[in-house]
Amino acid sequence: MSSESVRDVIIVGSGPAGYTAAIYAARADLKPLVFESEIDAGGALMTTTEVENFPGFRDAIMGPELMDSMRAQAERFGAEMITEDVVEMDLTGEIKTVKDGYGNTFSARTVILAMGSGYRKLGLEGEDRLSGHGVSWCATCDGFFFRDKDIAVVGGGDSAVEEATFLTRFGKSVTIVHRRDELRASKIMAARALKNPKISFAWNSVVSAIHGDKTVSSITLRDTVTGAERELPVSGLFIAIGHDPRSELVKGQVNLDADGYVITDGRSTKTNLPGVFASGDLVDRTYRQAVTAAGTGCAAALDAERYLTALHHGDHSTVAADEALLSRAAS
Amino acid sequence: MGAVADVTDATFADVVLKSDKPVMVDFWADWCGPCKQVSPIIEELAQAHGDKVRFVKMDTNTNPVTPANKYVLGLPTIQVYVGGELVKAFKGAKSKSVLLGAIEEYL
Repeated sequence: MSSESVRDVIIVGSGPAGYTAAIYAARADLKPLVFESEIDAGGALMTTTEVENFPGFRDAIMGPELMDSMRAQAERFGAEMITEDVVEMDLTGEIKTVKDGYGNTFSARTVILAMGSGYRKLGLEGEDRLSGHGVSWCATCDGFFFRDKDIAVVGGGDSAVEEATFLTRFGKSVTIVHRRDELRASKIMAARALKNPKISFAWNSVVSAIHGDKTVSSITLRDTVTGAERELPVSGLFIAIGHDPRSELVKGQVNLDADGYVITDGRSTKTNLPGVFASGDLVDRTYRQAVTAAGTGCAAALDAERYLTALHHGDHSTVAADEALLSRAAS
Repeated sequence: MGAVADVTDATFADVVLKSDKPVMVDFWADWCGPCKQVSPIIEELAQAHGDKVRFVKMDTNTNPVTPANKYVLGLPTIQVYVGGELVKAFKGAKSKSVLLGAIEEYL
């Protein structure tokens, strides 16, 4: 596997961005190799429940089902999937190399980055140790274990409110812990939560400690205004405080902004490196929707195709012009 | 039917704790999206290494006792037992190379 020929396109990541890039690249006969990398092939949608806002599904669709369909659509046109971690990438040369978790190396003329974003952690002692033992980032996966238990959800955005609402199906009580005094979630979501009798709110509060030996037993809340601390007995702590782009693997090669998002050139998906394109939540700090990720995945495949066409035609002037443009943009 | 047999609350002690081979247990449920990513990986590992390591899966939807006893409160959870003792545990979907690494010393 390690000594195969140079491919046209390698796609790293497998949310809506990665799979849509794969569909377009495969239909352009570029035979893309897709690394459904990391711990969660299918991306963030694999842990959601119903997706009600993806156009074309009038009755909503389950997140995993939508991802399965995108994956199958890409495979139908010849995309090749590898469900494995990417551990290393060298993107600086004309031929880019990608190394997987076994140490196999793959090479290609273009790489489309679509690693998405990962759950943000609280950064507290016990958070990792008690992950899977009461601390969770996935209500749909783990809510079932908290039947008739007291649960806390940290966060004030759409995902926190969605998780809290979902968790009321199981829990005895759900407390939303939010550092501000009002929700950031959309009005429709917030209204649902505010009138749910099982949901209460700890406003102006942050989690300052997680307690428990084998499983979570309680958390300490600190009032952000008064500084006062109090203990809240809970069996489950669901963390929904946002996401960070998963750009660690390309740091130092691809230009990133201060928060780790990949910087792209204008309306395109071009990064500072010729032949390297970026899409989805890895780039987008603003919209972060399945449909916008799919849109930029499509754009990345089209940008890659155009780059390859210029390469194959030996049209170095186009590539050189693009490089000059990018180096100006980056400086 | 694959190489990964179902284990239940009733059979867990006999199949897992009293096994003469190391055992990898996949705790799963049908509502868990990431579990669907892990199950085929366990299946592949079982095809390749089923002679050295026993691979089983437990539907936590119908078997509440064992997950509670083993402090499993999240899915997917993968545990490795040797001689009746829990020696390794993973929470969340892991790649094949990581799961293979967990049993490498027994192969």
